[in-house]
Amino acid sequence: MAIKDYLRERFFPHMWCPGCGHGIVLNNMLRSIEQLGLSKNEIVMVSGIGCSSRISGYVDFHTLHTIHGRALAFATGVKLGLPELNVIVPMGDGDALAIGGNHFIHAARRNIDITAIVMNNRIYGMTGGQFSPLSGIGTMATTAPFRNIDHDFDVAELSKAAGATFVARTTTFHAKQITDIIKQAILHEGFSVVEILTQCPTYFGRKNREGSASNMMELYKKNTTPIGSQAKQENPELIERGILHEVEAPEYCNEYDKIIKAAMKGK
Amino acid sequence: MDPNIKFIQGNEVCVEAALYAGLNFFAGYPITPSTEIAEHLAQKLPEQGGKFIQMEDEIASMAAIIGASLTGKKVMTATSGPGFSLMQEALGYAIMTEIPCVIVNVMRGGPSTGLPTSVGQGDVMQARWGTHGDHGIIALTASNHQDVFSITIDAFNLAETYRTPVILLFDEVVGHMREKLVVPEPGEIPIVERLRTSVKGGVDYHPYLPREDGRLPMSDFGGVHRYNVTGLYHDMWGFPSNNPSVVQGLHRHLNDKITNNVNQISRYKEYYLEDAECILISYGSAARSALHVVQERRPRGEKLGLLELQTLWPFPYQMIKEKCENAKSIAVVELNAGQVLRAVKRAVNDPEKVFLANRIDGVFITPVDIRNMLRFVQGRGA
Amino acid sequence: MERCRMVFSGSGGQGVITAAIILAEAAVLYENLTAIQSQAYGPEARGGATRSDVIISDTTINYPKVVQPNVLVCLTQEAYNKFYTIIRPGGMLITDSRFVKTQRKADAKQMELPIYATVMEEIGKPIVFNICMLGTLLALTELIQPESVMKVIKTRIPKDFLQLNRKALDIGLNLGKAHKTQ
Repeated sequence: MAIKDYLRERFFPHMWCPGCGHGIVLNNMLRSIEQLGLSKNEIVMVSGIGCSSRISGYVDFHTLHTIHGRALAFATGVKLGLPELNVIVPMGDGDALAIGGNHFIHAARRNIDITAIVMNNRIYGMTGGQFSPLSGIGTMATTAPFRNIDHDFDVAELSKAAGATFVARTTTFHAKQITDIIKQAILHEGFSVVEILTQCPTYFGRKNREGSASNMMELYKKNTTPIGSQAKQENPELIERGILHEVEAPEYCNEYDKIIKAAMKGK
Repeated sequence: MDPNIKFIQGNEVCVEAALYAGLNFFAGYPITPSTEIAEHLAQKLPEQGGKFIQMEDEIASMAAIIGASLTGKKVMTATSGPGFSLMQEALGYAIMTEIPCVIVNVMRGGPSTGLPTSVGQGDVMQARWGTHGDHGIIALTASNHQDVFSITIDAFNLAETYRTPVILLFDEVVGHMREKLVVPEPGEIPIVERLRTSVKGGVDYHPYLPREDGRLPMSDFGGVHRYNVTGLYHDMWGFPSNNPSVVQGLHRHLNDKITNNVNQISRYKEYYLEDAECILISYGSAARSALHVVQERRPRGEKLGLLELQTLWPFPYQMIKEKCENAKSIAVVELNAGQVLRAVKRAVNDPEKVFLANRIDGVFITPVDIRNMLRFVQGRGA
Repeated sequence: MERCRMVFSGSGGQGVITAAIILAEAAVLYENLTAIQSQAYGPEARGGATRSDVIISDTTINYPKVVQPNVLVCLTQEAYNKFYTIIRPGGMLITDSRFVKTQRKADAKQMELPIYATVMEEIGKPIVFNICMLGTLLALTELIQPESVMKVIKTRIPKDFLQLNRKALDIGLNLGKAHKTQ
């Protein structure tokens, strides 16, 4: 199937700003689904509120565009309701980790088989450039006009500590890696987190003098390195890309099926 | 012993009824005085192949049941005041997206943490207007175990019929007390099953285009129809739209499907209304004390009657107006500062003759409380 | 029958709430009577004075709480101090003589019975104190058949403990009978 067969083309052009990285994420997510040969009927995409969450409207799957921060909680209901479905949850950094932070850690803790994609542009784009929990100290935003004094999260470390069994990171500059990682994340049985650094030239870039979209992507190239690289040892400031954590652990829906078996036997 | 006769708490009755109605997915978070519902379902759902999940909070619980409903499950959550407050946004989402679900609120004293272990009925208006924006809503209640059973089934049936969340406003007294329940045989109470579309795969399915009879056939996630569900105003395919005529059409639909069917949705019980000079209007546990007073005073020649409301929303204004036409006085018996009182005043011809007999101190209203207040209403003093 | 309104009180762990539920359940399931049981929840239900209300009748019970009990059982001093004033004039006030020192103020038939002492003497385990109390109450009030209570106990208690409970109930019944004839 061609990539565009997964799209709801009548909703294009999309609503993202020129230069936004979200289109790259959409493109490569669909490539991974296409390469896995998944049928459109077996995929449910659940999203919350924000620029990234609009991704669900553009794809020809079962799509559930919910409320701010709660996508993973809705997705948990969908997945436990019908575990044979592939549930993918694209979220922005604010959606996933500010308002949705509690649902994020608890979905990870349950190790429910959901693929969570955190599209991290370090800003609230939909509302016009407020700082997010991933903006980091010293950044500028409309709600941090002097400078941001809020510390940021390390999404990967947080996910790992919360119990996610697959954690990976890449950027929109590394488009092929997005495809590769999302493929593995979908195949992984358990809660998978994929953090994708994605540029918001309109708000984050402009406020923080990072220049055009292509400049911002250049920064992704410059500031990141594959896991375990020599470069990382030489420059600890570099952000690592790749699969950061992958372990096997009992998956929630499988475990619940065992509960049902035991309960029905007891009857 | 008849195995269908049970002596259980009201919360457990709600569980039995929900299972009878076909409940197969529950998500919840512990909170007094509703917790027994979650506890019993954690045991009973998996025994029947159903699913129970304890979520991280009430927001997540509400979200999870909406998600599961889209996979074709009959779903419910249960909570109490503070948890019900947390559910309001997702409740509005279920209203907007027309997803069948049942929300039980076993009411306790509020506001805020209030009186966690004491009775209250202060969430009546919250059930109506707790979530933002104009909308229609169905809220039901009951005062005894047999009625809790049938009203809970009604809640599921109405949720399916009108594709809407239905709120069950029970309270601490009914939820916690134990009394007899006779469980009906399977089939004795009709069950409304999910209406699924007959449109075949590959043919244009309109998840949000009502049929001639107003109902909206659904298609489960994972099925052959892929569509969009969103809390934004949306067209008949479920895709976002801010086209004014689409917005107006959906807005009207969401309100009209409830308000145009008040008579179908309205449930109530009446006692001695034919010649009643003074009518008590009550609901939930408070109606038990009201009925006690009526049955005690009738043999002594007092022309008292009781109208027990089981449907609180949509409010049965017309029915109340008709029933109260000949009454000299009306006393609304409730455990709040007058939430249903206000609605009754709007319903009747002469609001001056409507009084409030209430308790707001966490103590369950006694027949003596009601009698004393009636003496004042009747101008007889203490 | 006359409607019987009862309040069982004591401290958490004495099993007064369980006893109340068993009695009410037996009346409904095995004697075709009407009954309602309710109890205080929250901090009150832990430490302090536990309370459970039971109404048994042969007609519909609407108001579910007990304001003035015909029968009041107090198994601790604290429960007695808190509740003895609510007894219906002429009602029956049952206290355990080990735990409660009564003040002769209540307008009621006061029965100070060595329930706990007898349980410890004849069984040696306090866990069936509540069942013994129930036996005593049944002998004194003749509300329902002790066999109906036994039937409920059978559904709630592991087989290994049935004999123990049977014995406790019988001890209570005998204790009650002995005091009834006095």
